[in-house]
Amino acid sequence: MTNLILQSVLFVVLVVLLAWPLGRYLWKVMEGRKTWTSGIFVPVERLVHRLARIDPEEEMDWKQYLAAVGIFSAVCFLAVFALQLLQNLLPLNPQGMSGLSWHLALNTAVSFVTNTNWQSYSGETTMSYLTQMLGLAVQNFVSAAVGLAVLFALIRGFTRASMKTIGNFWQDLVRGIVHILLPLSFVLAILLVSQGVVQNFGDYQQVSVLQPFVSNGTTIASQTLPMGPAASQIAIKQLGTNGGGFFGVNSAHPFENPTPFSNLLEMLSILLLPFACCFAFGYAVRQKRQGLALLAAMLVIFVACLAFALYFEQSAGNMEGKETRFGIVDSSLWAVTTTAASNGSVNAMHDSFTPLGGLVLLVLMQLGEVVGGGVGSGLYGMIAFALMAVFIAGLMVGRTPEYLGKKIEPWEMRMAVLVILGPTLTVLLGTALAAVYPGTSAALANTGAHGFSEILYAFSSAANNNGSAFAGLNANSVFYDVALAVSMLVGRFVPIAATLGIAGSLAGKKLVPVSAGTLSTNNLLFVGLLIFVVLILGALSFFPALALGPVAEQLSRIR
Amino acid sequence: MNIRKTLVRSLLMLLVLTLLCGVLYTLAVTGVAQLFFPRQANGSIIQKNGTAVGSSLIGQNFTDPGYFWGRPSATADYPYNVLASAGSNLSVTSGDEAAAVQARIAYLRDADPGNEAAVPVDLVTASASGMDPDISVAGALYQAGRVARARGLAADSLAKLVAEHTQGRFLGIFGEERVNVLELNIALDALARQ
Repeated sequence: MTNLILQSVLFVVLVVLLAWPLGRYLWKVMEGRKTWTSGIFVPVERLVHRLARIDPEEEMDWKQYLAAVGIFSAVCFLAVFALQLLQNLLPLNPQGMSGLSWHLALNTAVSFVTNTNWQSYSGETTMSYLTQMLGLAVQNFVSAAVGLAVLFALIRGFTRASMKTIGNFWQDLVRGIVHILLPLSFVLAILLVSQGVVQNFGDYQQVSVLQPFVSNGTTIASQTLPMGPAASQIAIKQLGTNGGGFFGVNSAHPFENPTPFSNLLEMLSILLLPFACCFAFGYAVRQKRQGLALLAAMLVIFVACLAFALYFEQSAGNMEGKETRFGIVDSSLWAVTTTAASNGSVNAMHDSFTPLGGLVLLVLMQLGEVVGGGVGSGLYGMIAFALMAVFIAGLMVGRTPEYLGKKIEPWEMRMAVLVILGPTLTVLLGTALAAVYPGTSAALANTGAHGFSEILYAFSSAANNNGSAFAGLNANSVFYDVALAVSMLVGRFVPIAATLGIAGSLAGKKLVPVSAGTLSTNNLLFVGLLIFVVLILGALSFFPALALGPVAEQLSRIR
Repeated sequence: MNIRKTLVRSLLMLLVLTLLCGVLYTLAVTGVAQLFFPRQANGSIIQKNGTAVGSSLIGQNFTDPGYFWGRPSATADYPYNVLASAGSNLSVTSGDEAAAVQARIAYLRDADPGNEAAVPVDLVTASASGMDPDISVAGALYQAGRVARARGLAADSLAKLVAEHTQGRFLGIFGEERVNVLELNIALDALARQ
């Protein structure tokens, strides 16, 4: 019990302490200020611009910015899609993996471009080294950087006044990758290798086993160990809130997460950038407390969910689907962290969590991935909730709502509603469709209420760009591959478009001076209001669905 | 805005970023890894008399009463099938999971009549990867009597062996205490030969 509390408290304190300086650095980098690393990274940034023929000084309005995001993402999608279909003809394929089916390639390409990293496949038996490093790993970097870019475009909506433009997408994209994601990933990858994460281009290794045994009449005397450039991809998978494992069981695989120390590093990496974004936001709007208020709201929900999940798993002594080196505490801590952030990597099988432990994970995703959430995307989602909160408060006192000196009017509210309701509707409609679509029940590993939870979890994960799964669901079929791909696209690009819409509109407005009637958005009252809005929207939207899944399963145990 | 211009820029940008994040980054990490951590980067292989007998990170299936047994494994076709790594994904409220646990308890009891100690939970639940290299210290000590009888060794010497192979928590705080089953069994073979 003491160790449980000690691990949890230390983890939260550590991640906040690391996120703070990183947030300051992030803000400086994205604003183009000088940092202690500028001497190295600015020349790289310039080189990338030159090679890609970008003029970083060119400013974009919100529609141009959105078009750049959309076209770039479409190109990325096509590249990853083609790479998977053609991998059998390409080099760096020592295991002779064949090309993927169109629907699996479609699902995976969408999944990695949208920063979801849902996986209907196991990497070690499906993907060539070339596909992993040039297709999937690259999208791990790029999709996270797109999230950062959109966030900083939104921030410019607040910091600029009476302007049409919100920055340059290419410059934002490259800055995020060159100054932040690449160096952090490099350091993390080396640390992970030191713990035993593999990093090579060799063939899979066959080793004899110490005690051969007979299974169904066959003697098993050897093991085939998968290899590959894993550490480099795992580092960015954690830091970029991607979550797509190099191997099928993700960070439960001993080659992906071998020790308690690697586990701690990977867990810290999940929340590091989402929390750093909050600090960066505070610096960028020149009011640190505004960032702290949003972070505080995230932390309150996070800690509450962590306490519940730990209680349900620990009191059940549930080791089904968990690894010995992590035990119940680190498995629960990871599960809450990876669903609070839209990471979706796992170090234990969520399908075998207790019904209420699993419910906590479902809820964290269904809140819209705003408790940390994705790199960049978590915070722009939370800002949409903040706009909702000031709007509700404004209705109560009969004043035009303001946030950070900008008037919040019908256009902003419509866009904020799109950010919040886009994924929500997709989860519910997708789950409903899958539940009635003929022939899909064969995909389920469990029947009854838990089977329904498997479907609900899949769509909650896809539409909120999380990517974790109740892995009993066999999702590699035409129906699930396509339905989940559509969910991921809607869950990613509707909020991005709406966020840029807000950014463009806000940048064009004048700053309203703070008056006695302005609702303060950096005090505890506002933090409480924000938490209330997040929870009430989540609860109202998903309570009926949750009642059919985990709640029904839990009640069925009471006899 | 010019769609064609944006399309060309997107293509060029993806190419440059693929070179940077896909090729250069992966090669740099591989180079440093192979230079400084060659054993870890290549799978932490255990060599015995010049042949590879496994990886210290990947569990193996043990069925002989004279070896310590690892966690139950839910991998397809046969246990500890590394390329089919998976958990059971069973709901813990389902009868299937409970039945599997009961069968494993009965099997352990059968293999070790007279051992009245409570069966540690990690010995009767399937791991997440299906190739968990470790068991808990309690899980190892629970089996010490059976292994000692099968090998004709003193139970005390096995308890000592388990203690020697116990890996602690990181900084005494993070993760769990555990015993690596393959390494323990290799040491057990060495002890038995003496």
